[in-house]
Amino acid sequence: MSVYDFLYYIILPVLAISNLLIFIRFLIGPTLSDRVVALDLLLTTGIGIITIYSIYTDQPAFLDIAMIMALIAFLSTVAFSYYLDKREKNE
Amino acid sequence: MNDYLIIILSALGAIFILLAAIGIIRMPDLYLRISVTTKAATLGVGLLLISAAIYFNEIGITSRVLAIITFILLTAPVGAHMIGRASYFSGVKLWSKSKEDDLKGKYHPKTHGLASGIDEIEEKNESKKSI
Repeated sequence: MSVYDFLYYIILPVLAISNLLIFIRFLIGPTLSDRVVALDLLLTTGIGIITIYSIYTDQPAFLDIAMIMALIAFLSTVAFSYYLDKREKNE
Repeated sequence: MNDYLIIILSALGAIFILLAAIGIIRMPDLYLRISVTTKAATLGVGLLLISAAIYFNEIGITSRVLAIITFILLTAPVGAHMIGRASYFSGVKLWSKSKEDDLKGKYHPKTHGLASGIDEIEEKNESKKSI
């Protein structure tokens, strides 16, 4: 079993299943904060999937997209928590 | 040799990400969910990125991977703290079986200042106004 087979038949399905589980929490999360945490974790798992895919296709250019995805995840979490805080103060 | 290292590191990373996903769906409380996902997912993604750095084995890609890992390590605790603080203010309940809420009565409900008693915060605000 080569490295490519291992990554394609074991690692990527495991990451896909975990993405699915996080998406269930994203759908049923009782409060808005649960959904924000699930979104952050979805993007972080997406970085892992992009990394494995860049090994599988042998193209390191995908790692740039992973870096931008990390930036967007942090920015979205900070923006959501800022506006949650602000909404609470105004009411 | 490198192949075995890549297989071991990527398997460990995938296991940690799967544990984070199980944790976010099984934990009973928002704060416990934040605590699980921040640590496990950061470690898992770091291990996957290190396996990519070992596979490509070039200095440019290794530095890129190190930059991503440093960025995630710096921003994950900051983001988790901000969302936890904001959701504590917006009234997200703790788990019904948790024993103790250390922050109860220590945040001022209007100004969101932190002190060991609410009276102290009001004294501080008054002294600021008088100056």
